[in-house]
Amino acid sequence: MSWWRGLFCEAIPGGAGWRRTWSAVLLFTFFLQAITGFFLLTHYSGSTQTAWESVYYLQYHVSGGWLLRGIHAVTAQAMVLLLALHLMQVAIQRAYLAPRQLNFLLLLVLLPLALALSVTGWLLPFDQKGYWSARVPLNLLGMVPAIGPALQTVLMGGTEVSHYTLTRFVALHTVLLPLCLGLGLVAYHRLTRRPAVDASAPPATPAAAWCPDQLLRDAVASVAVLVAVLFVVLWPRWTGGGEGGPTLLAPADATEPYGAARPEWFMLWLFQLLKFFPGGTEVWGAVGVPAVVLAVLAAMPWVGRWRLGRRFNTAFALGLGGGMLALTLIAVSRDRRDPQFQAAVREADLTAERAKALSGGPDGIPPTGALTLLERDPLTQGPRLFARHCASCHRYDGHDGLGGLPADAPSASDLKSFGSRAWLRRLLDPVEVDGPKHFGGTRFSEGRMVRFVKRGVAEFTEEQQAQLEKVIAAVSAEAELPGQRALDDRDQAAIETGRQLIRTEDMRCTECHQFRQPDEDASAPDLTGYGSRAWLFEFISNPSHPRFYGRRNDRMPAYGANEVLDAASIGLLTDWLREAWYQPTSGP
Amino acid sequence: MAVDNQVQSPSRRGWLGGMLAAGLAAFATGFPVALGVRCLLDPLRRKGRAPELFVRIANLSALPADGAPRRFPVLSERVNVWTKTRGVPVGAVFLRRLGEASVEAFNVVCPHAGCVVQVAAEGGGYLCPCHNSAFGLDGRIADPGSPSPRGLDALATELRHGEEVWVKFQNFRTGVRDQIPI
Repeated sequence: MSWWRGLFCEAIPGGAGWRRTWSAVLLFTFFLQAITGFFLLTHYSGSTQTAWESVYYLQYHVSGGWLLRGIHAVTAQAMVLLLALHLMQVAIQRAYLAPRQLNFLLLLVLLPLALALSVTGWLLPFDQKGYWSARVPLNLLGMVPAIGPALQTVLMGGTEVSHYTLTRFVALHTVLLPLCLGLGLVAYHRLTRRPAVDASAPPATPAAAWCPDQLLRDAVASVAVLVAVLFVVLWPRWTGGGEGGPTLLAPADATEPYGAARPEWFMLWLFQLLKFFPGGTEVWGAVGVPAVVLAVLAAMPWVGRWRLGRRFNTAFALGLGGGMLALTLIAVSRDRRDPQFQAAVREADLTAERAKALSGGPDGIPPTGALTLLERDPLTQGPRLFARHCASCHRYDGHDGLGGLPADAPSASDLKSFGSRAWLRRLLDPVEVDGPKHFGGTRFSEGRMVRFVKRGVAEFTEEQQAQLEKVIAAVSAEAELPGQRALDDRDQAAIETGRQLIRTEDMRCTECHQFRQPDEDASAPDLTGYGSRAWLFEFISNPSHPRFYGRRNDRMPAYGANEVLDAASIGLLTDWLREAWYQPTSGP
Repeated sequence: MAVDNQVQSPSRRGWLGGMLAAGLAAFATGFPVALGVRCLLDPLRRKGRAPELFVRIANLSALPADGAPRRFPVLSERVNVWTKTRGVPVGAVFLRRLGEASVEAFNVVCPHAGCVVQVAAEGGGYLCPCHNSAFGLDGRIADPGSPSPRGLDALATELRHGEEVWVKFQNFRTGVRDQIPI
């Protein structure tokens, strides 16, 4: 019982007090991290093909997993915040003076340790945010003179971010750094029980037993921290503002830059500061500035021996806090006003939603990882391929597929809903046919099709109009669009009539097009299977094939025949244009 | 009086405060532990493999007419927590012809400790290389000293289109007398 009494009933010189709860609260946040961290580790798999997947599974399929992860991530931020605030408080209240200079120096070691834990933790979920925000410190490390490149290679386990980067970061994050921080915090807790003032002076207040006076205060403060953390995690869920807790973006992709990569909020000040350093000198800002700040802080107990020194210390602490706050505010407000940043955030969110939807799909996650799902997904890759290869002439719903607006006016058709009834109806509209969404920008702007629509269709009788509507339904049904399946099934009779009408002289289609019967004189694209997967795939592969435009082809490159794109990419473009992609029945 | 006051008051306050402090401390430490344990126990709330449907194993012609057993892999969907792979080996079975249109199937896993059973060298039965559990060709325990608590696990079979052998593939708990699917 004596050790027990020693631990709990030990007298604290100077009595109990709220200010003395700091070290206990810091110990508690560490305990919270150790416990949640251990259970997170029981779900984590550290390789580039399983890290994101294991975190995804924990977050969305393990009951309570999202809360576990949320508490861990938010408490990590709380710990840095508490350490920084405590440091400020100690500096301003001059509690760094002898005999407490050792406590103060220990605190200066604990803060970088907590930051190192955060930085190593960011990478572990291996999503776009973690990957790109860990890349920056890693690159900065590589810029350290002399030892930088070697240090970077050792830390990453190679010259690229790889399986070894994750295993090394896991080892640092779960063993070495927590061990150092934990021991440091225990030591700090022991040290802070020393009297605040010179022991030889008579105590101002009588000593009190640690239990219960101080224990009660420690417990109240710890519960307050836990409640605050829970509040931050749960608030977005309660208000419907999101999932709550830390986000999980799409799996890390070294080839797909994440334009909204930012460090955690408490490091934004450094991020903003580094922007003021010209290229190549950032390392001085990233290493030099924090080193100087730490050195000045470490000198406080000695500088503070003089009255002027004490004033300098207080001014420095206040200035440091104010400067960090100002830099953080600048960074936040710049991002808020930056449309490119906002667009990058939106795109990253969309890709993340897609990655989660595909991962929760019936095929699950393949052994190569969830990134493969995105690479094979028409909805994800289609717009990127379209923007890169098609949008210099075509548009998709008026934009380049990704929402951007190319500088030049469109010189080919708008391919949104290509092959659908609405698209064909617009093509056969006398006003629209030579507009920018169809033949307006092409060499066919005064071609036979345009002339037929502008003169022939414009003068159609009501009965002919009704027949044309059936022809449109029939041609559109050739595409077998997934989104139009219900409509096609419903109108089977009209579609059958339409197929007969295509060949009639009244409708004049087969004057130029062939339909279901080979016609060597055909001078316009084949209507057999028009817009179907095979048709569109072959068209993109080679529009100059006799079945399509032949020698009359305008400017469209033969993407397949000339090996501009591989078959997989043409397939992705085809499926995207036909809106043939996996649609989840519900959220992930 | 002054001395009394100093001793009495802190101790009554101390008892209440101690209880309150203990309660709060229990909550602050108990909550994350309970949450973590809940996540840790998540596998208990999940069912094992979905009741497996029949899997096509081989053609009847691949089996010797004399009833000698042959080993075949079972190709199916493997679910490894989040990873799904189709058409990969998820186990193996022994198939044996019983007649013109009848086939017997056993899971190759030994019911004793989960090793993979082999066809005995003489061909007259099955032998587990780990602890020498011996089984007859019919799957029953052949040697009374055999450590296996039950015979080989027979699996339901079906002949489809007169030629295809389909087996309802299942694994069972090892080391117990009863056949309990997992």
